[in-house]
Amino acid sequence: MADRGSGTTLDDYTGRYAQRVQGMTASEIRALFAVTSRPEVVSLAGGAPFVSALPLDAVGDMLATLVGTHGASALQYGLGQGDPALRERICEVMSLSGIDASCGASPDDVVVTVGGQHALDLIGRVFLDPGDVVLAEGPSYVGALGVFQAAQADVVHVPLDDDGLIPAALEEALATVTKAGKRAKFLYTVPAYHNPAGVTLSEPRREQVLAIAQRAGLLVVEDDPYGLLGFDGEPLPALRSRVRDGVLYVGTFSKTFAPGLRVGWVLAPHAVREKLVIASEAQILCPSALAQAAVTTYFTTMPWREQIKTFRELYQERRDALLHALTDLMPAGTRWTHPRGGFYVWLTLPPGLNAKEMLPRAVTARVAYVPGTGFYADGSGTGHLRLSYCFPPPERIREGVRRLADVIGQEMAIRRVFGTGAPADEPSVSWTPAGTFGAAAGHTPAPDVS
Amino acid sequence: MNTGGTPEGTAGSGPATTPRADRTGRAAEPQVLVLAGGLSHEREVSLRSGRRVLDALRADGVQATVRDADLTLLPALVAEPPDVVIIAMHGAVGEDGSLRGVLDLCGVPYVGCDARTARVVWDKPSAKSVLREAGIPTPDWVALPHDRFSELGAGPVLDRIVDRLGLPLMVKPAHGGSGLGASVVREAAALPAAMVGCFAYDETALVERYVAGTDVSVSVLDLGDGPRPLPAVEIVPHTGVYDYAARYTAGLTTWHVPARLDPAVAGAVADLAVRAHAALGLRDLSRVNLIVDVDGRPHVLGLSVAPGMTETSLLPMAVAAAGMDFGKLLGTLIARASGRS
Repeated sequence: MADRGSGTTLDDYTGRYAQRVQGMTASEIRALFAVTSRPEVVSLAGGAPFVSALPLDAVGDMLATLVGTHGASALQYGLGQGDPALRERICEVMSLSGIDASCGASPDDVVVTVGGQHALDLIGRVFLDPGDVVLAEGPSYVGALGVFQAAQADVVHVPLDDDGLIPAALEEALATVTKAGKRAKFLYTVPAYHNPAGVTLSEPRREQVLAIAQRAGLLVVEDDPYGLLGFDGEPLPALRSRVRDGVLYVGTFSKTFAPGLRVGWVLAPHAVREKLVIASEAQILCPSALAQAAVTTYFTTMPWREQIKTFRELYQERRDALLHALTDLMPAGTRWTHPRGGFYVWLTLPPGLNAKEMLPRAVTARVAYVPGTGFYADGSGTGHLRLSYCFPPPERIREGVRRLADVIGQEMAIRRVFGTGAPADEPSVSWTPAGTFGAAAGHTPAPDVS
Repeated sequence: MNTGGTPEGTAGSGPATTPRADRTGRAAEPQVLVLAGGLSHEREVSLRSGRRVLDALRADGVQATVRDADLTLLPALVAEPPDVVIIAMHGAVGEDGSLRGVLDLCGVPYVGCDARTARVVWDKPSAKSVLREAGIPTPDWVALPHDRFSELGAGPVLDRIVDRLGLPLMVKPAHGGSGLGASVVREAAALPAAMVGCFAYDETALVERYVAGTDVSVSVLDLGDGPRPLPAVEIVPHTGVYDYAARYTAGLTTWHVPARLDPAVAGAVADLAVRAHAALGLRDLSRVNLIVDVDGRPHVLGLSVAPGMTETSLLPMAVAAAGMDFGKLLGTLIARASGRS
C-alpha cells in the first residue's frame, strides 16, 4: 500500500470494471439521506408503503401456517416463470385494472419477478443493446432510469403535464429520434399516479398515446405500481387493457401488500414472455417460492380488497394533509401537482432555486425530499423535487412542510443576497434528453399555485 | 440503515460498567463504547468510521459496542457507563465539543481532546487564529456569517474579499468536513454561487486565499511520550478535486504514503503538524491537513479532532504505513483515556 512510486488507489480492481459501472461513486446526496433514518427527521423522501396498516398479526399467523403446512414446497426451488397458482391470482388482481381474458391476458403469459424493479431489469436485458434509445416521461421513475443506464441505453425524455404524457411531445420525440437515424426500442411510462410527478394519463390521452405507438411500431412498457391506489373513483383502465399486443405490463405487490416480499410480474406477449423467462432463469433461477406462496395465500385467504381500500383511505388522508400544508405554508412562486392516487407530489420551486443544492439546508432543518435531478437521465430537473406522503402520519407531514417552507424561504433569501439562480431547465424534447415537466415550450402545465 | 439507538454493526452486550472484574477477581477487559452516526451531514461517513473502529477493536479482542448519540444514549451511559468512549462521530456533535461535554458530565472518559479544545478546533476560523498566533503558516482568510452579506450587501463585501485575498479562493463552511460545501473559486464571477453552496451547509463561510501545491495530511499521535507524526499521506485526486466522491470512492484518488516530498520538506511538514497539534492543545490523536506550495513551504489548512476511520480515510492509512496495528493503537489510546478517569 505504501509503495512510494505508484501510491495506492485502495482499489486493486481498477481497470477491470465494466464500463457501465464507471459512474458508481460515493454520492454526497446519498450520504445526506443517511440522516433520514433518525426519527428527528421528517422524511418526505422515500416511497416506503405504510405496511403497519396491514393486519400484521393475521399475516404472521398466515405465514406460520404456510410454512407448517406447505413448507416442503415453499422452501424449495420453483419454476422460473413463477408459481402457476400465483399467476392465477395475478390475473385476478389485473382484472381490477381492466386487464382480463377479453384482452388476451392469461396466467400463461405472466412472468413472476422479484418486485417490479426486477421486471424492468429483465425487460432491459431482453430489449436493450448499448446505444439503444428508450423514450421515458420527464421526469421518470429513478429505478427505471437506473436500469436503462445499466443497459447503456440513451433515454429521451418526453414532457408531462397535469394530464400525463403529452401526445404531441411523444410524436416530437419520435421524430427527433428518427431524424437522428435511430429507432426507439420502447416507451417506458407510468400512466397512473406517476412516480415522481403524481399525475395520471387522462382517458383521451391513453387512446392517443396507444395510437401513436401503434403507428410508429413503438413497444410500450406500462409500469403500474400504484394503479389500484386511486382516491377518486375507479382507476382508469390500464393501457394494456385496451390492446392485445404492443404493451408489456409491469405490476407489483409492493404497494398493495408488502414490499419486503419482493414479488412483481410482467404480462407479456407469448414470444417476449419466453425470453423473459429464460433471462430470469439465467439471472435468479427462480423467484422465491416462499414469497410467492405468501402472496398467493394472502390473496386467496385474506380480505385483500378491503385492505387495498384501507390503504387508499390512509394515503388519501396523507395526500390531503400534504396538499393542505403546501397551500397553507409554501412561499409564493412554488407550484405542485395534485395527485389523485399513489404516493407522490412533484413540486416546482420558485425560479432560481436548485433542489439539489438546497438539500443540505433541508437536512439541517430535519426534513428530507428527493431532488428532481434524480428523475432525469441527463441531470436536468434542478428546480423540482419529489415529496412523498405515503409513510409519515398527517401531523408529521405538516411539520415537514413547515420546515421545508422555511428552508425554501431561507434559500430564496440567500440567493437574493448573492443574486444567483439555478440554471434554467431545457425547454423541450431534443436529442439530448431534456424534456422537463412544467417547462415544455407550448405544453405549459397548470399545477396548483399557492 | 440504522433506525434507532443502535447503529448497524451493533452486536453483543451493551455498554458495560467500570471497572470490572471476572469471577477470579482479575481485572476484566475494558468495555468500550464507540459512538457513531449523529445527525450531521457526515452521518454516513461516521457510521462507516464506527464500523471500522468496532471491527478493529473486536479483532484485537476488545469488548466493544457501537451506539448512536440519540435519546437512548444518556440513560445507557448512566445505567451502564462504559470504561471508555471512542468518538467516531464527524460533524457538529462529534467534533464541536458538545458530546465531550456530556461525557464529562457523566464522568465517562473518552479518547481524544477535551471539550474546550474541540470547540476551538471545530471552529476553523478560531483554530486558524490560534495557529497564526503560534507562528504557524495558514492561508489568509476571512470568515463571515451570511447575515453580514445581507446587511452590508454581498457585492461590496465580495469585491473587498477578492481585492484583499486575491484569486483563486477556497470557499468552505466554517464548520464541518468531508469537503462538503467547499469549492475553489478561480474567477470573481463564480464567487456568489460558491458562497450560496457553502451557506447551504453552514451559517458561516470561511474564505481563504487558495494555495496551489501538494495536498498532504499528517496524523499526529501522543501515546504518552509527546506528540509525534505518522508518515504524511499525499493526496492526488484523479479529477483534481478532492471532493466527497474522491474521498470515499476507492479508485478515484491516489494516496502516496509516505508523501513524495523532498526529505527536508517532509521534515518541515511533520514538524509543522506536531506544532499545530500542540498549539491547539490537542491530545491522543489528531489529523492535520496541509498544503505544500510550489516553493516547498507547508501551510496548515485545518485539523480534525475526530478523524475519519473509514476504508479510505487518511489516519488508518498512515497508521499502516508506520507499521502499526490499527486495533492495537486503539487499545493504547483506550488505556490512556481510561487512565484519565
